[in-house]
Amino acid sequence: MAEFLAMGGYGWYVWMSYGACAVAVVAEVVALRARHRRARAEAKAAGVEPAPERMETAR
Amino acid sequence: MATHWYRYASPATFYPLAGGMAPWFAATAALLAAAGLWIGFALAPTDATQGEAYRIIFIHVPTAWMAMFVYLVMAFWSALALAFNARLSAMMAQALAPTGALMAALALWTGAFWGRPTWGTYWAWDARMTSTLILLFLYLGVIALRSAIDDPRRADRACAVLALVGAVNVPIIYFSVRWWNTLHQGASVSLTAAPKMASLMLAGMLVTSFAAWAWCIAAALWRVRAIILERERGSAWVATLPEMRGA
Repeated sequence: MAEFLAMGGYGWYVWMSYGACAVAVVAEVVALRARHRRARAEAKAAGVEPAPERMETAR
Repeated sequence: MATHWYRYASPATFYPLAGGMAPWFAATAALLAAAGLWIGFALAPTDATQGEAYRIIFIHVPTAWMAMFVYLVMAFWSALALAFNARLSAMMAQALAPTGALMAALALWTGAFWGRPTWGTYWAWDARMTSTLILLFLYLGVIALRSAIDDPRRADRACAVLALVGAVNVPIIYFSVRWWNTLHQGASVSLTAAPKMASLMLAGMLVTSFAAWAWCIAAALWRVRAIILERERGSAWVATLPEMRGA
């Protein structure tokens, strides 16, 4: 196990690369869930109203 | 076959479809990543000249390919959005930009940590690295431009033009190692020649690349759902969604 983690002396480079990618994927999942939750709450608060986009197409 | 595929150009129809597809792409990404990393770390041999440092390839090449490919897909949706004034196409382009930026950042990051042990430097102003840095700035530029414009339909058009103009950078990145004398090595894999690497290394790289591809699709689908709700809120169909009921 220690030998595997050492990566023949290149452990720092290999695990900094993979670690950053793992952190990035987890961060993206967290951000996506938070954004969807926020969008849902705002949509719920808005109810039904003439949205700005609709008014533009009607013009 | 009277399949009206353009039916899915409506955000109201695409919202549940994207919600149904995204978990499958995410699960595919997880399975392929596990398989690809198993091939890459357990089965693929140690490289004769680079030792174990070469194993960064299984994350560097997938993120670099996706950084370029996602940009092209974003430019494609941008072109459709401009040509047909299609809302959902613009939303797809909007949804792809953050994931593309992440891929470009990771390609640069993993490249730096591969460059240090093999070339002796984290960074050089080499044509491939510089053009990839420009790619990251293009993604960030598209995101910043959108947040700077209040009217979403005007933002769609401005971002689409920027995305399309920036697309010229992608072939520059791809061919940079041929056009200029770069520190970065040439292509190890191309459609026209036999790959210049051991078959297990190639297999691991291709499987992790498909994993990155599936992940980008899943992330874009999840993000486009949030974007649809952000931009369509107040419309009657959003109010009737099952998740809008209850407290």
